[in-house]
Amino acid sequence: MKTKQLLNLEKIRKDFPILSTKVNGQPLVYLDNAATTQKPEIVIQSINDFYTKYNANVHRGIHKLSETATFHFELAHKKVSEFINADFEEVVFTRGTTESLNLLTYSLGSELKTGDEVVLTVMEHHSNLVPWQQMAKKIGFKLKFIGITSDGRLDMNQAKRLITENTKIVSVVHISNAIGTVNPVKELVDLAHKVGAVIVVDAAQSVPHMAIDVRELDCDFLVFSGHKMLGPTGIGVLYGKRKLLEKMQPFLYGGNMINEVKLEDSTWADLPWKFEAGTPNIAGTIGLGVAVGYLKNIGMKNIEAYEKELSKYAYEQLGKIKGVTIYGPKDERSCVLSFNVDGIHPHDMSTLLDRDGVAVRGGHHCAMPLMKELDVSGTVRASFYFYNTFEEIDKLVESVIKSRKVFGYD
Amino acid sequence: MISDFESMTTIEEDEIYKENILDHYKHPRNFGNLKNYTFKSKEFNPVCGDEIEMFIRFEDGKIIEAKFIGRGCAISQASVSMLTDYLEGKTLKQVKSLSKEDILDMLGIQIGIVRMNCALLPLKALHSGVEEYER
Repeated sequence: MKTKQLLNLEKIRKDFPILSTKVNGQPLVYLDNAATTQKPEIVIQSINDFYTKYNANVHRGIHKLSETATFHFELAHKKVSEFINADFEEVVFTRGTTESLNLLTYSLGSELKTGDEVVLTVMEHHSNLVPWQQMAKKIGFKLKFIGITSDGRLDMNQAKRLITENTKIVSVVHISNAIGTVNPVKELVDLAHKVGAVIVVDAAQSVPHMAIDVRELDCDFLVFSGHKMLGPTGIGVLYGKRKLLEKMQPFLYGGNMINEVKLEDSTWADLPWKFEAGTPNIAGTIGLGVAVGYLKNIGMKNIEAYEKELSKYAYEQLGKIKGVTIYGPKDERSCVLSFNVDGIHPHDMSTLLDRDGVAVRGGHHCAMPLMKELDVSGTVRASFYFYNTFEEIDKLVESVIKSRKVFGYD
Repeated sequence: MISDFESMTTIEEDEIYKENILDHYKHPRNFGNLKNYTFKSKEFNPVCGDEIEMFIRFEDGKIIEAKFIGRGCAISQASVSMLTDYLEGKTLKQVKSLSKEDILDMLGIQIGIVRMNCALLPLKALHSGVEEYER
């Protein structure tokens, strides 16, 4: 297979210590990458280096360690900004996608009025639904939801009807974490801008897997998590267009985010620090910077091309098994494969696969409304990353077939 | 440390899908609605979407019928199927004293921490139903 040579899998896999471990006596086949990805040695090492060689607070001490820590911290900021083609000032570090979305809901949502509308989709992760829901109750704005077609794509005709002059914010998931649909975000950006609304893109499942250029996409905000792209947990990103971030009120107040503080009032620090209150996750930031460097070296275009072939292969092989239903569209999908096997609950399937060392996720994937749309209580989700191999897909398929036998199906 | 973890999970998972568990899952006993119930109780496990609703009918201080509806994994469904079987003829006092260990004995398999909620969902439903009924 030509695309197999796109990446040097043998070399890549050696960079990830955990990939050579065994689970339940079997070599680990890690297919739960939509939940979190594994970390290469250099990322782990960079965190260790920070704590062992130059641990100090940033932006504070006039001493060597603090200077070194600040340098590496800001360098990571710079690397991540460049990775999505944003300016340094436009990239705020948060705890993750969830915090980024809460920040936006709070800062943008609290400025809305009764009668204003926010458009979401039924495929949102709970983190892009619940914050809006709660803010809507408080402020009195209205939520509208773009539905899905029978094959799990966004109903774009409905989107055109729902996004109107009343729409102030559109917040949509780029790639569904539950069924892998790649949504036509560019089209949605244009629809939102046509009516003067701002658009937020939940890119938690897209930034790790494809080249994202925020200038080209022209979205107003874009959020993602570090741990789904080889970085540590507890670090994530909020990108926002500079002129919008400048206008917005901070979300968290305290140290680091201030300019001048008097007893009665305060002024805010420059971007991006205005949105980074308190001592930041320095080790996490540095780790994410290294992770981004690693991804850049391999090349996002290469990753995307390889994963496309891998997903296609998995879709075909899994689809051949008796009793298997795969959710989401055949094309326009990312490397998230959500499926069910007749007569076997997703949790039982996950347990059975785990016995063979195959790690998947079973459940609703924090997308309960979408599960309701699909009329299932949950699914089994195998999600891939560029370090997965075609042989691992074979192992998954083998194990699903075996599981059916355990349950007595022929 | 790692080897301990490995052996622990291996033992529990290997034992889980015994024939009688799968039999109860595929052919659940006492499945269905009960119209003239004394009390009913519903529990939902948001993690995996297991759903169980139990219907209990008492007469002269004893359970004379226990039924359930629901959907979920093999462990939760086998557990509720076995539990409803067991309940017939039991007193309220006996029902209240049912423990986690009793359920695990009934299932006869080793359950790990991840699947414990599945196994105990029916007991949770039963106990909250009794509590509600006594109030």
